[in-house]
Amino acid sequence: MDLFFQQLINGLSLGALYALIAVGYTVVYGIVQLINFAHGEIFMVGAFGAYATWMVMGQPANLSVGMALGVVLPLMLVGGVVSSVVVALLTERVAYRPLRNAPRLAPLISAIGVSVFLQEFVRLFYGTIPFVTRIPGWPDAKSAVPFPSISGISDASVQIGGVLVQASALFTLLALVVCTVFLWFFVNRTKTGRAMVATSQDPDTARLMGINVDRVIVAAFAVGAGLAAIAGVAHGLRYGNIDFRMGFLAGLKAFTAAVLGGIGNINGAVVGGLVLGVVEALASNYLGTTAWKDVWAFALLILVLVFRPQGLLGAKVVDRA
Amino acid sequence: MLEIKDMVVAYGRVNAVKGISFEVKQGQIVTLLGTNGAGKSTTLRAISGLLKLASGEIWFEGERLDGLPAHKIVERGIAQSPEGRRLFRQMSVEDNLKLGAFSRKDTSGIRAEMDRIYDLFPVLGERRSEAAGLFSGGEQQMLAIGRAMMSRPKLLMLDEPSMGLSPIMTQTIMRTISELQADGVTILLVEQNAQAALSLADRGYVLEVGHIMFSDSGQALLGDDRVRKAYLGAD
Repeated sequence: MDLFFQQLINGLSLGALYALIAVGYTVVYGIVQLINFAHGEIFMVGAFGAYATWMVMGQPANLSVGMALGVVLPLMLVGGVVSSVVVALLTERVAYRPLRNAPRLAPLISAIGVSVFLQEFVRLFYGTIPFVTRIPGWPDAKSAVPFPSISGISDASVQIGGVLVQASALFTLLALVVCTVFLWFFVNRTKTGRAMVATSQDPDTARLMGINVDRVIVAAFAVGAGLAAIAGVAHGLRYGNIDFRMGFLAGLKAFTAAVLGGIGNINGAVVGGLVLGVVEALASNYLGTTAWKDVWAFALLILVLVFRPQGLLGAKVVDRA
Repeated sequence: MLEIKDMVVAYGRVNAVKGISFEVKQGQIVTLLGTNGAGKSTTLRAISGLLKLASGEIWFEGERLDGLPAHKIVERGIAQSPEGRRLFRQMSVEDNLKLGAFSRKDTSGIRAEMDRIYDLFPVLGERRSEAAGLFSGGEQQMLAIGRAMMSRPKLLMLDEPSMGLSPIMTQTIMRTISELQADGVTILLVEQNAQAALSLADRGYVLEVGHIMFSDSGQALLGDDRVRKAYLGAD
């Protein structure tokens, strides 16, 4: 039984990571019907942005827990979020907005292009002034970069009965809870959030209400990027390193989670992420080895697409007609 | 107040509106009549900024309107209740009305506007927290008009407000429209129900396949043989 709970908590924390990224796919899809295939790279950029922030702070190490959790980690999160949001908004402006009225396939291809571009950009130019010089002391990103260790999280864990819970897993789950509360507040209680919901339901009518749809789209990209950056930091803390390819599989899984929950539905993205994480953890424990975990994840996707194509939560429909 | 000059609007290569000119004066109810495909809704969508003009001009209170994005046009004081009502069906009545006031920042004014609409349509006030999709067609039309009124427009454009409604409900909606006029709102009304629209209208324009065929006062058009034959079902 301990093993089951161990895998359950592993699955939930992994799922929380997917969920944080999945929200970005789903909010953008809900508004512009674009599968932003570069979103995994926005997550990766967040991790590298947090790392860069740590470098700029002078690579603080061996800190007290209070200092690490109260100052260094929050600053890294801010740095990661800023990097991701800036890059996401630039890509929206440069690669997607000019294609707003083009056939659906065009922005999709553009998104794949952005994805490759961002991976290669980080691989070639991380820690440099591009085409000029390397910044002394910075690692290059051609191979994995060890993520800074944060006292109180890295190498820390809690024992609950027979279950060992890594502090990084708790951090990820806590991040998901905080972000979900933030999202709920944003969507239901702010004017921009209401505009976002209205735009996703009926863009033309939203414009008749006086909603500036361009601004709503920017907000959607920014919110998704911010959450992805937090996931990027959580990923670094969980696995201890980051690399320029980390966005590919994580992005694909998170996209799966978004579809699983019902693409366009924010609650669905959170539920889909958690379900995917748990299924992956339990299946790899009980059905074959961890090497099979991706097989189960995508098998689940296929099953959902066949039997419940609208996703687990689907679109909420309150309609009499 | 509103002046359309030689407006051409195209969907792809097809011109839906082929160079029309008309005018709406302050305080008037002006109606556009015509069969399906005459270009009535296209005209309203172009005025609201949802469609771009291929050529021509739109002037509102002495300022050029065409080319502005839709949200700027709402800020200038033009609201539209679109064809088919297009409510946010999963949102409550109250949320729909709040979205109608999106361009406004005066919280107390918005509150007052909302109370005014609840006075006008008590059923909306009584069920303000229910989802818009749960209301009857007539009630939804009230909400669509109320939502457009929330921006406190100078010009209110109504696209087929009587569509799908019972005769009694149509009467109620038409009465509301003349009450709004009495309150000082200028109205541009697109209707298939020519009888009802012309009875209210100060002026009517008859559109056919993208052209204005003729125009006159509402009363004169009610008695016009061409209108009676084509739109009022007279032999």
